[in-house]
Amino acid sequence: MKISRADVVRVAELAYLDLREDELEMYRAQIDEILEYIGKLNELDTSAVEPMAQVLADHQSADATLREDVIVPCQTAGEILRQAPDAAPPYFRAPKVIER
Amino acid sequence: MADTWTIDGVRTALTTKKVSARELADEYFGRIHARNQELNAFLALSPERAHAQAAKVDSWVAAGKPLPPLAGVPLAVKDVISTRGVKTTCGSKILENYVPPYDATAVERLEAAGAVLLGKTNCDEFAMGSSNENSAYGAVRNPEATDRVPGGSSGGSAAAVAAGLAVAALGTDTGGSIRQPGALCGVPAMMGSYGRVSRYGLIAFASSLDRIGPFATTVRDVAAILQVMAGRDPNDSTSTTAPVPDYQAELGKAVKGLRLGIPKEYFGAGMDDGVRKKIEAGIGVFRQLGCELVDIAMPHTDYAIATYYVIATAEASSNLARYDGVRYGLRVDDPTLLGMYRKTRGVGFGPEVKRRIVLGTYVLSAGYWDAYYLKGQKVRALIAQDFRDAFTKVDAIVTPTSPVPAFRLGERTNDPLQMYLADIYTVTGSLAGVPGISVPCGKVCGKLPVGLQIFGPAFGEACVLQLAHAFEQAGGATV
Repeated sequence: MKISRADVVRVAELAYLDLREDELEMYRAQIDEILEYIGKLNELDTSAVEPMAQVLADHQSADATLREDVIVPCQTAGEILRQAPDAAPPYFRAPKVIER
Repeated sequence: MADTWTIDGVRTALTTKKVSARELADEYFGRIHARNQELNAFLALSPERAHAQAAKVDSWVAAGKPLPPLAGVPLAVKDVISTRGVKTTCGSKILENYVPPYDATAVERLEAAGAVLLGKTNCDEFAMGSSNENSAYGAVRNPEATDRVPGGSSGGSAAAVAAGLAVAALGTDTGGSIRQPGALCGVPAMMGSYGRVSRYGLIAFASSLDRIGPFATTVRDVAAILQVMAGRDPNDSTSTTAPVPDYQAELGKAVKGLRLGIPKEYFGAGMDDGVRKKIEAGIGVFRQLGCELVDIAMPHTDYAIATYYVIATAEASSNLARYDGVRYGLRVDDPTLLGMYRKTRGVGFGPEVKRRIVLGTYVLSAGYWDAYYLKGQKVRALIAQDFRDAFTKVDAIVTPTSPVPAFRLGERTNDPLQMYLADIYTVTGSLAGVPGISVPCGKVCGKLPVGLQIFGPAFGEACVLQLAHAFEQAGGATV
């Protein structure tokens, strides 16, 4: 078994995701099967391989971190706040944060 | 009025005043009203926006002004792509009432080129799925066989174009979500290279893989849509400055003498016999066109699904952290902030999304990151190297798009791993960042479309389109 019930509970906690009892066991079993399948990656010796985070060559994405920091007008605050479940413009309102 | 419109056909009809943009838009809304209850391809319509745009196009015609390339073309857009003022749900309950305050760059460019936005198409929730059965708003039916899936995740866009409910549509492809539904519904469908089309306004699933691309009824129309969207956008730092060729001008070039790689790894076990025969016949079309067929090896193909489900779920678990019930979308109340987060996400996300968040969080978590995520990134490099090696020997790679034709609704929903394997021939190109198209290549059982996939090297869209067009012109769709 690759993943235990306790692992699923821990991961759901990390992801702030409420799972029902029946979901916990269903996901555990399904993800166990998927991880078993993913285990085939260990057939490959990758000790000399550089990990690939994204596909663009350096010269294609170099401007990503080098663009000018220019201020442009953005008058959408009202529209954005209208999408919030509980807004008190100019703020988003959320329940009180307490000690866990 | 004609049944099937192409972009050129729309232009001719507008300039000769056979039809107005308004009449054409209303013709398409009429078709949608007649078929959508059955197909469930559209989640929302945008008649006001369409009529305003059509009025603009009609005023250009009346004034005798030159028309932009997509003037009056009725367009559908997948519901993971932001449209200002038009509800964008991602097929999820968590965004049920979300109305974006801005347009995706792709939508902005298409509208600036004259396209008329009909509405938003159904899809698997957050583009996670291969059958469109993971939509919170119900499955889409395949117009070619309504007891079957249209493929996914861009199933609504594929079905809309196949059923004549839009002249073209936008989809998104992360592991096959444009090409596979294109194949299963029998329409040309393309993803450009990673970086070719801006992702600004595409609601993120897996940022290193997500791409926007077109569905249309002809390869020429696919090229026209890609043409308008392609190119650098300052709002997406991964969109490149690589020059955009004139794709339509390239279409007419002869394909004789081009070298096509046929990788044996794409013809293994698990492939439907009928599909195999059609793809072999399709390859025969290229032989007759004078292409040189070359057997090649892509040895890491078999590891692509495993690699993909590590990388895509890891990125998804991170991207979907933003749905916290604070700034937009659903909120399920709780006295504490963390309780509100947990309940909102537990209620708002559907089963496949939760499955992927759990898997993605697990492969990134302490103690497992090296074994899964880092390993996945390394194997991704090997898969990309397979493509680079192949393109030193051949101009393009030809494969099936999907190992099977459209399956029945409900047939695979209980087995996530089996569903993931539907993308076995498409995820490779996603991981490598190369462009790929699926073009219709005959039907099996008399009605179920088969798709032939063509990969080109990064930013080699022109060659991919040229081959797909030649294939289509040579009767590839009816082999």
